[in-house]
Amino acid sequence: MSAKTADRIATAVIIAVSALIVLLLAGLLGYILFRGLPHISFHFLTSGPQTIKAGGGIGPQLFNSLFLLVLTLIITIPLGLGAGIYMSEYAKPGKLTDSIRLIVEVLSSFPSIVVGLFGLLVIVNVFGLGFSLFSGALALTVFNLPLMVRITEQALKGVPREQKEASLALGLSRWKTITSVMLPIAMPAIVTGTILASGRVFGEAAALLFTAGMSSPRLDFTNWNPLSPFSPLNPFRPAETLAVHIWKINSEGLAPDASQIAAGASAVLIIMVLIFNFSARWFGRFLHRRFTATK
Amino acid sequence: MEQMEQPAAHDQSRIQPRTNHKLVKPHIMEEWVGKVFTTLCIIVLVVTIAAIVYFVSSHGLATFITDGVSLGGLLSGLKWDPEGEIPLYGALPFIFGSFSTSLLAAIIAAPLGCCAAVFMTQIMPGLGKRVLQPVIELLAGIPSVVFGFVGLSIVVPFLRSVFPGQGIGIAAGAIVLSFMILPTITTIATDALSNLQRGLKEGSFALGATRWQTIYRLVIPTTLPSLLTGVVLGMSRAFGEALAVQMVIGNAPHIPHSLFESASTLTSVITLDMGNTVTGSTHNNALWSLALILLAMTFVFVFIVRFLERRNNR
Repeated sequence: MSAKTADRIATAVIIAVSALIVLLLAGLLGYILFRGLPHISFHFLTSGPQTIKAGGGIGPQLFNSLFLLVLTLIITIPLGLGAGIYMSEYAKPGKLTDSIRLIVEVLSSFPSIVVGLFGLLVIVNVFGLGFSLFSGALALTVFNLPLMVRITEQALKGVPREQKEASLALGLSRWKTITSVMLPIAMPAIVTGTILASGRVFGEAAALLFTAGMSSPRLDFTNWNPLSPFSPLNPFRPAETLAVHIWKINSEGLAPDASQIAAGASAVLIIMVLIFNFSARWFGRFLHRRFTATK
Repeated sequence: MEQMEQPAAHDQSRIQPRTNHKLVKPHIMEEWVGKVFTTLCIIVLVVTIAAIVYFVSSHGLATFITDGVSLGGLLSGLKWDPEGEIPLYGALPFIFGSFSTSLLAAIIAAPLGCCAAVFMTQIMPGLGKRVLQPVIELLAGIPSVVFGFVGLSIVVPFLRSVFPGQGIGIAAGAIVLSFMILPTITTIATDALSNLQRGLKEGSFALGATRWQTIYRLVIPTTLPSLLTGVVLGMSRAFGEALAVQMVIGNAPHIPHSLFESASTLTSVITLDMGNTVTGSTHNNALWSLALILLAMTFVFVFIVRFLERRNNR
């Protein structure tokens, strides 16, 4: 076989494999949406689940997922920004910084189920928070934190050196330089990264089985007192998220239409992920235009 | 790194001579607040990981220390029967299940990921950036339970109709996992290939080599450590993945005779059993020992990745 033929064959194979990957994803999304979309209705999105009867919805689960995401971001963003700023601006090269970097790396590769068990033991039992949204948010923080640190660090490293030096030369302190010169420039990258990370949090389930719990109390959506156990806003109530719900009905679903509910819920989850993905891109571009004045 | 040192020196020389000036005070305060806040964040991070390692190992080791199960027995025992007359804690079937599914997943996903990366960097960068890259990113965002659901409703019935058996088992788990780790492998391989030294490829082309010869003889060997890093990270992800695998693997506590027979992994048994045990019981502690094995494997994977990166930098 001549080198030319080998080149042609290899190129064809590589193109075919790449096309296959695109087709597989298209097929995957198509299948989920095709099976799930017919089942999605206003009733499905807002009503509560049924254990043994058909016709259950995913209302509380959807709400719990979004609420959990908000809680997680409230905890993660300040911590992640702070740690990321430290890593990119204050850390001096040396053994200590290297080991912190290693810690971030290890933390991001911990299996989510181990983080969930840790949450069960420490947050749920030792701190006595019980199966609650707050416990779930803390467990998700363990996951999300390394991501946030990396996103912030990379975004700050991407700020042009001249900008930083000009600010320092004007007599601003280092902290002021970071907060009012560097962070705005790094913001598009940070926001994009955060939204993408949120998509991940939204779909996470293994860590939540043992922290946020696998059941929701009967929620009363007219009760907005965050201290009442039936209020949707109470962060200390158990909460089953959408992803956990999908897992539960697939493994132990008793309702006769369990597979349709799983399909519908999966489609909702996928649509949410797609929204996160596209809004991250769009928002990143928008902020980039705003902050850099490029058209 | 110099660029960070420079402003620091700069800063001090500017602040020091004016210490008595009243304008300096808020300045120093500001700096102090920043430093304390960021350092606290780092401390939280360090404390978290220390706590995870401490709690998982203290409970995981209790199986051996207080409950008298032998380490060798747990690692090599073939029978897992914690509820039996004589409770047996042999975790080998789960260890086998975890390793075989993640290894198989890597074997399926690695060539696909590398092909995608070559496509994006060497063959059609324009189309790759516009089509394949968003596809890979989307794939990375799909939640694991959705993969599990798709595995249950497409992969398992397909395997059942083509191969003997119920369709559930290591093969189904590996196929589902390979999808989940494809983005990891592709992203790292793409980074490695696009950071390739300029001139290397041009030199090869100038000598008359075809594109495939260049890729096969030059590009792949030079970037091999990075490609392997991607594969190891992918395996590490597959090893720790819990729910998607649990849904399609069947969860039978024995070593299967074929790829299409029900099996179990470390993560799936923890997922299923943890809620049914009492804290402090031997059964519960044995599950923590499995979690400890998972944790130890994470460290092993991180160590391998570090080793490969060091080789790559040399």
